[in-house]
Amino acid sequence: MPGLSHGVKKRKSVSYAKWGYFFIAPFFLVFAVFSLVPLLSTFYNSFFENYMVGLLHIGPKFVGLENYKTIFLNGDMPKYMGNTVILWLMCFIPQVVFSLLLAAWFTNASLRIKGQGFFKTVIYLPNLIMATAFSMLFYAMFSDSGPVNSILMSMGMENPYRFLANIGSTRGLIALMNFLMWFGNTTILLMAAMLGVDPGLFEAAEIDGATSSQIFFKITLPLIKPILTYVFITSMIGGLQMFDVPQILTNGNGNPSRSSMTLVMYLNKHLFSKNYGLGGAVSVILFFLCAALSALVYRSLTGRMERGQA
Amino acid sequence: MTNTAEKTYARRRGNGKRIQVYFVLIFLTLLCLIPFFILLINATRAHPDIQKGFSVFPGNSFFINLHNVLHNENLPVLYGIRNSLLISFLNALFATYFSAMTAFGLHAYEFHGKKLAFSFIMLIMMVPTQVYSLGFIRQMAAMGLKDSFIPLIVPAAASPTVVFFMKQYLISALPLEIVEAARIDGSSEFRTFNTVVLPMMKPAIAVQAIFTFVFAWNNYFLPALLLDSKNKKTLPILIAQLRSADFLKFDMGQVYMLITIAIIPIILVYLCMARFIVGGVTLGSVKG
Repeated sequence: MPGLSHGVKKRKSVSYAKWGYFFIAPFFLVFAVFSLVPLLSTFYNSFFENYMVGLLHIGPKFVGLENYKTIFLNGDMPKYMGNTVILWLMCFIPQVVFSLLLAAWFTNASLRIKGQGFFKTVIYLPNLIMATAFSMLFYAMFSDSGPVNSILMSMGMENPYRFLANIGSTRGLIALMNFLMWFGNTTILLMAAMLGVDPGLFEAAEIDGATSSQIFFKITLPLIKPILTYVFITSMIGGLQMFDVPQILTNGNGNPSRSSMTLVMYLNKHLFSKNYGLGGAVSVILFFLCAALSALVYRSLTGRMERGQA
Repeated sequence: MTNTAEKTYARRRGNGKRIQVYFVLIFLTLLCLIPFFILLINATRAHPDIQKGFSVFPGNSFFINLHNVLHNENLPVLYGIRNSLLISFLNALFATYFSAMTAFGLHAYEFHGKKLAFSFIMLIMMVPTQVYSLGFIRQMAAMGLKDSFIPLIVPAAASPTVVFFMKQYLISALPLEIVEAARIDGSSEFRTFNTVVLPMMKPAIAVQAIFTFVFAWNNYFLPALLLDSKNKKTLPILIAQLRSADFLKFDMGQVYMLITIAIIPIILVYLCMARFIVGGVTLGSVKG
């Protein structure tokens, strides 16, 4: 009997295999046309000199790695990479601190936080907001004659504070917006991780007289490390793509003195001015950064699935 | 005696901690909500009132602002709303239908390269659009699709995160016996998928449709590079235009109203289904 059913199964899997291809074909076809070919052509473009001076079209002329050399030697790439990392860290550090705190509080049964549903709804809300609109709103709110300055001046300040004329406050606003947009999402992910920890471990630790901070650092943190890594890497990939918020807030120029210009804003500038050589080089570097990080996510995800936790 | 004293002490300490917790929670709640409060207040006020300074009381120019922004000659807002709605809706449709198909193909059939296909989908999950946008734009121009909605809709059919989510869902929700039963009844595989499998995937489709819709609604980078003609622009592009226009000469009532139009519908839908959406975040567990 077992032999027979095995045989039936085997025959079935052969005769229906073509349907498997049928169902997954559209995905791979669309991916090839709209992603894979463009990706290859982006790589190809990065080796050519190809740009516009006014109406004059220069190139395309093969220049090897010249474009890569240009964006590094003129200092653009290092500067914008630095800006991107700074802006990301300014958002990520408070984000992880608050998300860990909130997740630990929400999952702590002995604290009995009321209105959890309400708080979760509110903190996740900014994640769904159109980033361009959110950034425009902040621009209006923090402009020289905007509501924030009007409130500050009614409290006794003499001159409006020029938020967008100072490096620190411009970067701070960008980080604040990104923080508001992502800390709710991170909190919910971390909560799911913490709820997955065996409550018996907490009880045992409490009976042994561990303080709540000891429990947090010695039990919770080590056990949610896989999800924490996942959050860290995906946030880094998201940070590399940072565009909408600083683009709208600074009107695409990354001022003051290009201190808020991110990598993708730089790429966008080349795409608009049709400098395909330099734009291609920026894209390829971005691709390798994201690919390296994706490989790490892939490893952590497949690892989790093999252990049956995904 | 000491025992009760200890207990009261513990309780008091617990209360102290709770007060701290609520303090932080209320602070973060205010931080999240105040921008939207200011937005809504100012959307109801006329330009001269807004210039005079902030007030916590709404004005009575809501409908005037709405009318002005919808009939602004330099800013095709009505077209923007239509274009954004159309593109977002079709994105949700393409992403959910074809991802369900892909997930079903990977779940229900045995074929050569199946493992490889799934690994590949997971590997490309995190690759952002921006890295191939250069080739994408040039290729669309070469195909005569620049300034068209097609390159903003069709690529949704290859959404790796949605496929991953739906595959996870199928593992828990679709016993293969059901497919086999339909087979015995003489249903073709494609028909089984459309009439039996899709209805069973409704919850997963709903969550992903919402996420895809919102993502497309908010998307700015590619549409801004592709769409040129005035009446094809989407709402994020119009907001960017407003930003690059000489801002202070503009009617601020209209600025706040346009932001309201872009944000508030999403907030309203979200508030109606918050529990459902927040639950969906962890189910997928792969949203960046």
